[in-house]
Amino acid sequence: MVEFGPILATWRCHKLIVILLALLVALTCAIVCNVAFMIQQRAALMNLPSGVAENELVMIQSVDLDRDANQPARHRTDLAALRMIPGVTAVAAVDALPFNGNDWTNGISTSPEGQRGVTASASAFNGTPGELRTLGLRLVAGRDFTPDEYIPLDSAHGYDGLEHVSAVIITQALAEHLFPGESALGRSIYSYPNPMRIVGVVDHLLRPNVGTGNDNDYSTIFPMLPDTSDVTYVLRTSARQRERVLRQAEDVLYRLDGNRVLRDAETFEQLRAHYFASDRTMISLLVASALGLLFVAALGITGLANFWVQQRTRSIGIRRALGATRSNILGYFQTENFLIVTAGVVLGAVLAIGVNLLLMEHYQLPRLPLWYLCVGAVALWVLGQLAVLAPSLRASRVQPVVAMRSV
Amino acid sequence: MVGYYLDLAWRSLRGTPILSALMVLAIGLGIGASMTMITVLHVMSGDPLPGRSAKLFVPMLDPRPLRQGQPTGGSDTPNGFTWPDAMNLLREHRADREAAMQQGSAAVRPARADLHPFYESGEFVTADFFAMFGAPFRAGAGWTSEQDQERARVVVLDADLDRKLFGNATGIGQTVRLNNTDFRVIGVLGDWHPQPRFYGQPGYRTFGDADQFFLPLQTALELKFAFHGNLSCWSNGGDTRTSDKCTWLQYWVELDGPAKVTAYQRYLANYWDGQQADGRFPRKNAPPHLYGLMAWLAHWQVIPANLSMQTWLAIGFLIVCMLSVVALLLAKFMRRSGEISVRRALGARRRDIFLQFGVESAVIGIAGGLLGLVIAQIGLWSVRARPDGYAHLAHMDVLMLLSTVVLAIIASMLAGVLPAWRACQVPPALHLKVQ
Repeated sequence: MVEFGPILATWRCHKLIVILLALLVALTCAIVCNVAFMIQQRAALMNLPSGVAENELVMIQSVDLDRDANQPARHRTDLAALRMIPGVTAVAAVDALPFNGNDWTNGISTSPEGQRGVTASASAFNGTPGELRTLGLRLVAGRDFTPDEYIPLDSAHGYDGLEHVSAVIITQALAEHLFPGESALGRSIYSYPNPMRIVGVVDHLLRPNVGTGNDNDYSTIFPMLPDTSDVTYVLRTSARQRERVLRQAEDVLYRLDGNRVLRDAETFEQLRAHYFASDRTMISLLVASALGLLFVAALGITGLANFWVQQRTRSIGIRRALGATRSNILGYFQTENFLIVTAGVVLGAVLAIGVNLLLMEHYQLPRLPLWYLCVGAVALWVLGQLAVLAPSLRASRVQPVVAMRSV
Repeated sequence: MVGYYLDLAWRSLRGTPILSALMVLAIGLGIGASMTMITVLHVMSGDPLPGRSAKLFVPMLDPRPLRQGQPTGGSDTPNGFTWPDAMNLLREHRADREAAMQQGSAAVRPARADLHPFYESGEFVTADFFAMFGAPFRAGAGWTSEQDQERARVVVLDADLDRKLFGNATGIGQTVRLNNTDFRVIGVLGDWHPQPRFYGQPGYRTFGDADQFFLPLQTALELKFAFHGNLSCWSNGGDTRTSDKCTWLQYWVELDGPAKVTAYQRYLANYWDGQQADGRFPRKNAPPHLYGLMAWLAHWQVIPANLSMQTWLAIGFLIVCMLSVVALLLAKFMRRSGEISVRRALGARRRDIFLQFGVESAVIGIAGGLLGLVIAQIGLWSVRARPDGYAHLAHMDVLMLLSTVVLAIIASMLAGVLPAWRACQVPPALHLKVQ
């Protein structure tokens, strides 16, 4: 058992070094905890399941330049031609997709009087019949829309179209938020005064933009056809045929009508990769700086321990001569390091929370969970013990006879 | 004396090669990371039009209504001009040159059969735009204010779009179909890509791709082209773009010399007074303001959140590196207590000891700075590989090059102060006695 008394006594003579070490550990702890938290935040976003059959989908956005055309009729013609491409199992025209940024968010409520019920903001997805099957959404309850549930083409679309919507499919996350502990199937939700009955629940459908909140999976699918000149065609095919199908789809669409702009022709995997491009660079940057920080901190700790051992070679020799074993000496230096790192970690925890508060204020980051501090503390303890190991071993090899010699 | 200390420092560093290398590495990493980020921020706040920026100004009139609870109105800046105010100023034309503008996009429908229609972003501007900003023409010229009034169907193309549509021959005199209207090409710009794209609405596509075409503003408005950017209204009714209750247009003036600036400020104040007499501009404590180009950019300086976070991280990293170097230097210097005692006993003053170890820290700093330069170059190279609009700007200029070395020396001197001070506190007698 190592006595703390002698350790604390030596600190009095080496205040500066102890303070330096503790400061080094504290800063490292504060930064690394927050960096780790930011990495986790971004990685969690990147790993959210979108709900769609990601490796089977390709998309093309088509903007018709003929402003006076009957758009739903054009979409129908396009879809019929796209369906004929070999290898295509399903097609749909949609307005929004996970990660495509085309976010139409509605306030919805479980009560016609809005605020009296449970409320939520949810993204709206509209598409042609067969959207569920094309995207590969998984129904966990209920059914897809029936043809007569789609709102008539001559009625208003967009927000005012909700007045005519009688059926809706929502995600499980939204269902649980609106009707906690109950089945949402058959219940009604309101955006306009008219009730929209929930006819189906899908397991996931990520919103077109995701953020740090817990509402990334709050989506509603309405039986409304896209009616604008700007539409996205989604084609489902096997993973191997995606590139070919995409090229063929472009040709087919241009041949049908050249007076349009086709853009963002890509696979769903490319869409996802583009969406998270900056998060990926940020993550690699954060990982690199966290590793760099730990490395530099270990450097400092080893340097100081080396110096310390060197300075105390004589006293180590005396202790050895008085009967201290090698493991006593080793334990002494390891314990000393442990104590200093502990002091640093305590200070570091306070600093980490301070840094987190600043990040929350300026960068809308959530609160740092306390277990990050515990993991950070353990990491720094291990780092400290390893960093000090070589100097301590050297100290333990000091011969008792050194006490007799001059240094 | 310093030469002697340099020699001593060199010997001492060579004596402990691993320790010295680690110190240089620590300084190099910290400096490299910080300078990468500082350079990115520096290029992002650079002068987009060197030599011309001092003559360019943004007048700002705040036509917005009073806010609740703030009887005299706020002091934040509106996002631009209303259409009537811009047209009034243009008509009265009190500056050397002035222009109203807003960004937008249009579908380009090439005549070439092998090209499909595509969207391009451009800028809808009035006649003075090109001369005021010194945009160089490779061929042709801009349009006149008469053509602005006639809503002429003319267009100026960027060199890239011109090449794409017409190949190597310029398209002057040719026709380009934008959306559903034919435009005559009257000018082709040379390479003109000011960064940041200072004349756009603040915060909107500030860095990145250049505008591919320029159309008369009134023509674009008449044809209902797609305007981009923020349109901020406080009342319903009427055509929002031409309403005097919607701000959205950017307005720039060129004023050569302080006398003209003062005169223009007076003119703006008179205009404001006149409009107030008509019941507009209710915010009494928000008088008209004239921003210089650089002041305007500074006023709106929006550093992407990711970037500023990375900068703070890099600075934190530098501090940890410096603490580590303090620790290592302390260890290194104190190990030489014997040598210090001998030097002190032989007559060296504290100041001499301090200088000796200060020089040694500086040597480490310079080496670390050089390594930091290399690391910063690697860092900037990786920034340039990013998809962000500002990425390709990330190059180091001479100023940043020098700042890197200076920062490295300052950092290592700071790190060296404490250990050197401790070293010069070593009493001459004590260590001699022990030995």
